Amino acid sequence: MSLTTDLSQTAAPSSGKASRKHGRPAGPPTEAQAPRRRTRQRRERIFQWLFLVPAVVYMALFFGYPVVKNVVMSFQDYTTATFFTGEAPWVGLANYVTVLSSSLFSTSLLNTALFTIGSILGQFVIGLALAIFFQRKFPLNGILRSLLLLPWLLPLIVSSAVWRWILDKDSGALNRFLGDLGVINTGVPWLTSTSLALIAVVGVNIWIGIPFNLTILYGGLQEIPDELYEAGSLDGATGWKAFRHITWPMLRPVVSVVLVLGVVYTLKVLDIILGLTNGGPANSTQTIATQSYDLSFHEFKFGEGAALGNVLVIISLVFAVLYLRASRRAVDE
Amino acid sequence: MKSAQRTTRRPLALAVAALVGLPLALSACGTSTAASSSEAVTEISVMDYYNNEPDKSFIGDALTKCGTQAGVTIKRETVPGKSLISKVLQQSSSKTLPDVLMLDNPDLQQIAATGALAPLSDFKISTDNFAEGVLSAGTYKDKVYGLAPTVNTIALFYNKDILDKAGVTPPTTWDELKAAAAKLTAGEQYGLAFNANPTYEGTWQFLPVMWSNGGDEKKIDTKETEQALQLWTDLVKSGSVSSSALNWTQADVKDQFMAGKAAMMVNGPWQIPALDKQPTLQYGVVKIPVREAGQTSVAPLGGEVWTVPQTGNKARQAKAAEVIACLNSDENQMSMAKVRNTIPSKTTLAEKFAAENPKLATFTELIKTARARTGELGADWPAQATKIYTAIQTALTGNASPADALKQAQGQ
Repeated sequence: MSLTTDLSQTAAPSSGKASRKHGRPAGPPTEAQAPRRRTRQRRERIFQWLFLVPAVVYMALFFGYPVVKNVVMSFQDYTTATFFTGEAPWVGLANYVTVLSSSLFSTSLLNTALFTIGSILGQFVIGLALAIFFQRKFPLNGILRSLLLLPWLLPLIVSSAVWRWILDKDSGALNRFLGDLGVINTGVPWLTSTSLALIAVVGVNIWIGIPFNLTILYGGLQEIPDELYEAGSLDGATGWKAFRHITWPMLRPVVSVVLVLGVVYTLKVLDIILGLTNGGPANSTQTIATQSYDLSFHEFKFGEGAALGNVLVIISLVFAVLYLRASRRAVDE
Repeated sequence: MKSAQRTTRRPLALAVAALVGLPLALSACGTSTAASSSEAVTEISVMDYYNNEPDKSFIGDALTKCGTQAGVTIKRETVPGKSLISKVLQQSSSKTLPDVLMLDNPDLQQIAATGALAPLSDFKISTDNFAEGVLSAGTYKDKVYGLAPTVNTIALFYNKDILDKAGVTPPTTWDELKAAAAKLTAGEQYGLAFNANPTYEGTWQFLPVMWSNGGDEKKIDTKETEQALQLWTDLVKSGSVSSSALNWTQADVKDQFMAGKAAMMVNGPWQIPALDKQPTLQYGVVKIPVREAGQTSVAPLGGEVWTVPQTGNKARQAKAAEVIACLNSDENQMSMAKVRNTIPSKTTLAEKFAAENPKLATFTELIKTARARTGELGADWPAQATKIYTAIQTALTGNASPADALKQAQGQ
């Protein structure tokens, strides 16, 4: 917005300067200069556009096209045959009706909510605790902090394969460990019990999400000036009080960004669940994301898959808008 | 400020228009012209999913040999199994399908239904002597679109040492299976391992008991299928099968068996090379038990079929058909089946093959009566297969009785 204002303001004087170079006598603008000014303005407008073109093309190709295609697809009877023949009859809202009225939808929606809330809560609390812990100066601080990034660096399919083995009922490392400690007598079916599987999957996702939360929150904590704590300690604000009245208010903008981004990332988690349980046992870890994937790529019902995908996009969009508002407020502050 | 707002709004509107317009323009230019040429064909392209050794080389060698016979060189591409179908769909929309395409047999009808494949009768390829199940897997609307040189199925593997020590003979009926599995379960060792995971693999392993008892995929809430699911449920409930079966893959099942943690397992011949790497492991293979003596053990047919896509180039299609016919020659079926631990798909070769490869004799016997998953339902199979594994999971977790689980799933 400010860019265009500035340009329109500078446009008038500069045109006067340029006309002098052409050997015209200086003086008040004549009638002949008016069209010149207009072409100059138009040229500037074109340049402004040229600068925009790469971004617009990129957005259209990699964001616009998939989104538009997905929306269009969700109103079509899009099958494997469509790929060859190009024919996809319009079915209106039929796909949406099918997926939203399926008995699995409420299960998936509830699981998605539980999965997201559980993951975000765990990731954030542990991430914040670790971030505050690493604020202190102690030997090996840097090395430990970089080691904590590991879960983030591992390919998700690798992490899920390793966790699948750790959580195995009969020979998994976790059950062996708990058994040796004498906590349990028989193997706990972490991934094969309908009541435990979602908890186990959330646990793994928390493990994966901690580095992200830790890094961003640690960065936020570094931004808080030490003077505030010094001044606070003079007034008797130390420990919990310092956290409550200095750290938390100063960290709030970062917190809202971390939480909203976390929600958007968690809503669409697919590979971890597919790698750990495939949505089982008995759909107890089925989320909207995994169900949509299943519909499209296993049952070849691309229209229904797209419809369910769009439901997820809309949910994410709500949080994206919240994020934009939160970050705008952060800038204002 | 007001004027500035007005000037920015118009570019914004234009940008939005571009964002919406460009994708539409893009989707319009997805078509390309099919090459039509009458010059001599010297090279044909092949796509398959044998991307791991040793299968990669075995198939590669057979293709090269058949290519030489047909006077063409083979340009082969191997893709991971999981991405084959998405690749095929991509290529069929951009009209860049290969000249020879391999498909997993339950996917054939799905792809044939799109019109992307040419019927093999167009090229006069003989379909004589093939096992009935193999042909029904390759057939869509009465025309054969794909042929499998070699096929596979699943049976019951048992650990000879463990069974001998416990004085148990390999079971042939469900009652015997339950008794044997219970007797063989002790400490960290389970009597039996199978997989019942929420994917098509879980359905595949359940099909032998369902089909042998007369169950049918068209309608799963029947007495026959219920009895079969009751068997699976009993085995898990009694602890003879670990409840981890709900999350195992067939590879996990093999690992359990090799580690001595399962005395018997349901698995296929492709595990034989791995099993043979452990010389201390003495194993035998029998048919999967049936409910009552006298019932026929019906196994599901596995394996890959080779097809000729509609590329629009008749000369290349003809060469592609020649290569497929060559892959299916008696000689090639025998040699490929031997090295790959699979079964020749022609029943006329069964006797000779079983005699030469005693380890595969049980599987060879099963192929004669094996049934194709898509034989009845064709392109509707994926939806029904999903219902079957959903019912299995519901029953095995105890969320519902087998009868209710099947009823719920059928109604979904």
